[in-house]
Amino acid sequence: MADHETHDYDVVVIGAGGAGLRAAIEACEMGQRTALVCKSLLGKAHTVMAEGGAAAAMGNVWPEDNWQVHFRDTMRGGKMLNNWRMAQLHAQEAPDRIYELERWGALFDRTTDGRILQRDFGGHRYARLAHVGDRTGLELIRTLQQRAVALDIDVFMECKVLRLVKDAEGTVSAAVGYRRPTGDAVVFKAKAFVLATGSIGKSWLYTSNSWESTGDGHAMAAWAGADLIDMEFVQFHPTGMVWPLSVRGILVTEGVRGDGGVLRNTDGRRFMFDYIPKMFAAETADTEEEADRWYDDHINNRRPPELLPRDEVARSINSEVKAGRGGPHGGVFLDIATRRSPEYIRRRLPSMYHQFMELAGVDITASPMEVGPTCHYMMGGVRVDADTERSTVSGLYAAGEVAGGMHGANRLGGNSLSDLLVFGRRAGKAAAEFAQGRTGAPAADAGEVAAVVADAEAPLARAGGESPYEVHHDLQRTMQDLVGIIRTDAELRQALEELDVLDERAARVSVPGGRAYNPGWNLATDLPAMLTVSRMVASGALERRESRGGHTREDYPAADIEFGGVNLVQRIDAEGSYTLEREDLPVMPPELRALFEEDVH
Amino acid sequence: MADTTTGRETPAAGPSTGPAHVTMQVWRGDHDGGSFTEYVMPAVEGEVVLDVVHRIQAGPAPDLACRWNCKAGKCGSCSAEINGLPRLMCMTRMDQLPPDEPVTVAPMRTFPIIRDLVTDVSFNYEMARQLPPFSPGPPEPDGTYRMMQVDIERGQEFRKCIECFMCQDVCHVIRDHEENKPHYAGPRLFIRAMELESHPLDTDDRRELVRRHLGVGYCNITKCCTEVCPEHIKITDNGIIPLKERVVDASYDPVAWLGRRILRRTKSSAAESGRRAPAQRAAAPGAPSDGAG
Repeated sequence: MADHETHDYDVVVIGAGGAGLRAAIEACEMGQRTALVCKSLLGKAHTVMAEGGAAAAMGNVWPEDNWQVHFRDTMRGGKMLNNWRMAQLHAQEAPDRIYELERWGALFDRTTDGRILQRDFGGHRYARLAHVGDRTGLELIRTLQQRAVALDIDVFMECKVLRLVKDAEGTVSAAVGYRRPTGDAVVFKAKAFVLATGSIGKSWLYTSNSWESTGDGHAMAAWAGADLIDMEFVQFHPTGMVWPLSVRGILVTEGVRGDGGVLRNTDGRRFMFDYIPKMFAAETADTEEEADRWYDDHINNRRPPELLPRDEVARSINSEVKAGRGGPHGGVFLDIATRRSPEYIRRRLPSMYHQFMELAGVDITASPMEVGPTCHYMMGGVRVDADTERSTVSGLYAAGEVAGGMHGANRLGGNSLSDLLVFGRRAGKAAAEFAQGRTGAPAADAGEVAAVVADAEAPLARAGGESPYEVHHDLQRTMQDLVGIIRTDAELRQALEELDVLDERAARVSVPGGRAYNPGWNLATDLPAMLTVSRMVASGALERRESRGGHTREDYPAADIEFGGVNLVQRIDAEGSYTLEREDLPVMPPELRALFEEDVH
Repeated sequence: MADTTTGRETPAAGPSTGPAHVTMQVWRGDHDGGSFTEYVMPAVEGEVVLDVVHRIQAGPAPDLACRWNCKAGKCGSCSAEINGLPRLMCMTRMDQLPPDEPVTVAPMRTFPIIRDLVTDVSFNYEMARQLPPFSPGPPEPDGTYRMMQVDIERGQEFRKCIECFMCQDVCHVIRDHEENKPHYAGPRLFIRAMELESHPLDTDDRRELVRRHLGVGYCNITKCCTEVCPEHIKITDNGIIPLKERVVDASYDPVAWLGRRILRRTKSSAAESGRRAPAQRAAAPGAPSDGAG
């Protein structure tokens, strides 16, 4: 191994999407020497893709809204598996985090009296999403990016972190990685680390996620011995593009439905009326007339079934297509053209208009969009303390998609952007406090660092092995076909067997070229994390013999009361074996439980 | 397909009327130089240039360097010069390029090469650090702000920017003039400055900085930046020209000049603290006249 550069900080944040940026801002404002390390250029992280908005009970459009209603919607959307304390903190603090963005320069769309406008989304009782047209994620990441620049936070762009290294006491002390432009190894020593690495979507073939979503943080936490929870819960967003094939999976915002779009099958029927689950029957319209009146009068009408939580809509689309009522490319039709004026559509949904016009040659003001489910969001992740985002490993914190618990079995749209802000801030704060209390310089064993680097560089030295692209593609096929939206015992067992083979293949890949900006090599170094996390998803899905939220078992189609009371906790023990345990959910205090027994207004 | 997310078979492609193959000429090399390498790939219906680049990576050239993230025109990572024009690779459909000619894909010329299609765009990030940040006045009694939609629409237009840096790439002030980079921020930063200038809540005055250090006077309004903007931001008409007008007003209006002299003591500390090391460079010799062109 060549000499590597070493940096010393108080707090190192890995990942520069919304959660990482917000964590770094907080740690820096608390006076900590803070570094932000990210795989891409600053401002390009997957947060930029978020379209619809950030959910926060500000009550600007419906004064009836408040944190209790938001909390209740979130828990019900998550099928009551959410960590109640996280859901509570999220609902309580989201409005302040949104107003804070405004103080930092964000320009949200306005109400007629000049306040932040809020839009309707699936699973939210009231119009609650602060937004900027359909490019809210861009506004959020740019605002945070500009705030980080104003604070002069050190940013290490295009830098991939491979592993966390602990000191003799078991506290995380260093992160080892490499700079993508040169391929040179780099070591960050710090008193506290925040993981904000996002998702694992690139393990599936059809996904809305970018190349960065390879589960790095999930895997690094697991390799460091941390607990992960709810790994079986993967959200398939109901509406991804399906045609042309090259764009299959690209997200079509839920805002289309929030703004009046409806789903139709090939017969033109609004089929969602056929799939209203009991849990939501009391608050869902059962006629088209009532559903259409709801957009202007939320109080006297019930919401359209197109705005049920995402898991319900995704499964319904799947069933329609399976029954032969789908479109020519295996999707269903999302129609806003017959429901809203072209001017309204272009103003409210400019990115969608643009995206379909340029990539599919479809004018969404004149024709329906063909859409189908796409792998979108990882509910499961690093188990954290709700108030501090502290993992079960000392010195390690996690926020955003890499953390588990907040969203339970299914995330509501709009709750991700607010999650990033609320828990990014809390993680940055707690990491800074931990760093302030930690004495002595963090130490990393040189031999362990060297081994991480040598392991990563091995595919470059190897000749005649398989291409990492082939292994990646086969992993995506396995996860898509066997650990997808509908699961069975036999397929999950087959997936685990295929993952064994893929592990062996990944250990033998070789890539031509050098270390400098070599995407083949970069992919080879992403594979171990993708495989580790994929195994946890399949293992959790095999163990959870029920259907709940984002996890649907064809062989166990009903929710099970016992599974409804437990998280599946996974970890990798000191010997490297995967373990899986059931653990009871934290008990919700009576005053919050009461919210589910009466109607809240 | 039996299932929308599973099913091993790839759906049959629709009837294809296009050519069977596409010929790609991709620039390969590093800061020491390079040349175009030709790849002949099977044609696939509906693909964009980035898809073909990905197939080249998965096949003949696993080490072909290119940036990309969202593949949906939202992140601005995959900027390149396609058939000589700055475009996003993810939003350029193959079937809209001349079918019988090779497609050339080259890195952006204005920035130093790292490898193949990847350039060092740190210039843009350095320049962004020089602009003093948003600095709002006090909020309403309830702690929040009021802004009317009509007053933020211009700012929202500029905030559509995805930082693809193609406006910077095509700007002739720096495209072939490395020597101008130290004192010229470029279109991306001019619309950022104008966004802050037009923000209803902002209290800072960046006009002097924009004139003296960011070199807005060098722009002679050829509108090349506006033409390549994938977000269709009217960079020149709505951003640079109004910015030039404001800067001119600030420089030559005697009342404004006097006001500035008085206010400078109170405002300059905020402006200075937001400016970083690169701005400490002395103003460029032969600094341009304001409102040129």
